[in-house]
Amino acid sequence: MDNYLLKLYITGRTVRTERAIFTMQRLCDENLKDHYELVIIDVLEKPHLAEMDKVLATPTLIRELPLPRRRIIGDLSDTQKILNALGLDTGSAGESV
Amino acid sequence: MTINKMPTGIAGLDHIANGGLPQNRITLVSGSSGSAKTVFACQFLAEGIRQGGGNGVFVTFEESPEDIRRNMAGFGWDIQRWEEEGRWLFVDASQQADDETVMMGDYDLGALLARIQNAVQRIGARRIAMDSLGAILTRLDNSATVRGELFRIALAIKEMDVTAVMTSERADEYGEIARYNVEEFVADNVVILRNVLEDEKRRRTIEILKFRGTSHAKGEYPFTIVPGQGIVVIPLSAIELKQKSSNTRITSGNSELDQMCGGGFFRDSIVLVSGATGTGKTLMATSFLAGGTTNNERCLLFAFEESRDQLFRNAIGWGVDFEQMERDGLLRVVCVYPETAGLEDHLIKMRETIDEFRPNRVAIDSLSAMERVSSIRGFREFVIGLTSFIKHREVAGLYTSTTPSLLGGTSITEGHISTITDSIILLRYVETFGEMHRGLTVLKMRGSMHDKNIREFTIDGRGMHIGKPFRNISGILSGNFMYVTPNELDRMQDLFQDDMPPSLSSL
Repeated sequence: MDNYLLKLYITGRTVRTERAIFTMQRLCDENLKDHYELVIIDVLEKPHLAEMDKVLATPTLIRELPLPRRRIIGDLSDTQKILNALGLDTGSAGESV
Repeated sequence: MTINKMPTGIAGLDHIANGGLPQNRITLVSGSSGSAKTVFACQFLAEGIRQGGGNGVFVTFEESPEDIRRNMAGFGWDIQRWEEEGRWLFVDASQQADDETVMMGDYDLGALLARIQNAVQRIGARRIAMDSLGAILTRLDNSATVRGELFRIALAIKEMDVTAVMTSERADEYGEIARYNVEEFVADNVVILRNVLEDEKRRRTIEILKFRGTSHAKGEYPFTIVPGQGIVVIPLSAIELKQKSSNTRITSGNSELDQMCGGGFFRDSIVLVSGATGTGKTLMATSFLAGGTTNNERCLLFAFEESRDQLFRNAIGWGVDFEQMERDGLLRVVCVYPETAGLEDHLIKMRETIDEFRPNRVAIDSLSAMERVSSIRGFREFVIGLTSFIKHREVAGLYTSTTPSLLGGTSITEGHISTITDSIILLRYVETFGEMHRGLTVLKMRGSMHDKNIREFTIDGRGMHIGKPFRNISGILSGNFMYVTPNELDRMQDLFQDDMPPSLSSL
């Protein structure tokens, strides 16, 4: 399967960001096993990366790979919608893994 | 604590803003589509960089940095060079075309704020421009979240020791301040840009609606956008009447007219010459200029009705050699067709020409030609703006104005400027028993005695010759002639003492 490169932009360590990080890590472990890299970027520490990726809102999840690039803005609370947006529909993904 | 002002460096704006925009605060600049909001935002940063007002951060929600660099190059702002020098920094929050974006659940604009703070810190910016709020509100659904987040960003900017400009759209030229009620989070200072269609002509104005806790001039002021310069505000009613007044007399170019005026025009006065077409206005302007150059004065002619060739040929016909005067460097003739530009642009070009040539005399033939290309209000502002500019330069001015009717009558021009001109000379056709004659009178001569007669004049190959007063006709100015019998005239002369200086009796 494709390797996934995911960037998760957050602002500081708040309840909302911790929850987003936790959700993403769990989703990736369950669906992508070893085929992914998840980079957590705090805009307060690395604003120049946010500048490069033109990120406005946090949390923002960017799927860098596989192409096309895709952005998901919001608190990542709806697991099913995230999987759809990432192109990881659970039914088919489960079979292919 | 008093509020300091930061000079914007935008020509004329600091004048009506009583010094500049409130320092360390946010000013909302609101305007309809095409009202020059982006130009304003860019110029605010550009003038800061050029005039030592500090570096600037430009947050763009709408156009890409590449578009802005290109669009603003025409104003002479080399944004790319400033970026390389670390004096201008973009925070690109414009829509990225190549990305798919999915919105899902709660978010904040923490990343945008972090980027702005980072940019301000990196180049030590003193100014921020954000253009425009409407673009981000429509892109991110105008949700309560975005509004709350923009409010938070506005608060953070106020803590940053920077002066900020935020632009916003409005739907109507005269309606609510801005769309999406953005003024509720940047409410301290509001500037409105308008681009109103008036009598089929566009007229740009700027109004400072409010500066919380500090003063500014009120009402709308016309502005224009000049290539190589950007926005130029024309502060009309803010112009102070503080020009000096001189008692030195200069020649009108016609010795008989000098006598009628009590020894000539004053050196820094404005003379209005009004008359119907063909009464000799261009001739008076020509001799006014010729009179100047014979005394080695520099003369400038703005011609709005006739071409250069026509003017030069006319002048030769009256014994004046414009070409020689130009070769001597004493004369410049600027022929402009009024329709080529808006009045504000004409005004700015004329001011530039005057500042560059530094004339002692300026003649305008004719001012009333400009009435065609403007609304009445715009024309009035033009005349006032031009007159006060000329008066500040302590230059002698002569304007001609064409009256719409052949006999009698006044023009709009006269109505607007008769009170700000120092002298008014009327030229009229006079009909006497089947013949047309020309008459001239000095209606007003501020600060001086003058001849009150309406005198007949003739024009030949050496110019204008002023003769005797019309003695047996009354009603010349109104155009309703009455012929007075000699008997009655004698009786009237016995009743009233003639107050004419003795030298004029010989005319």
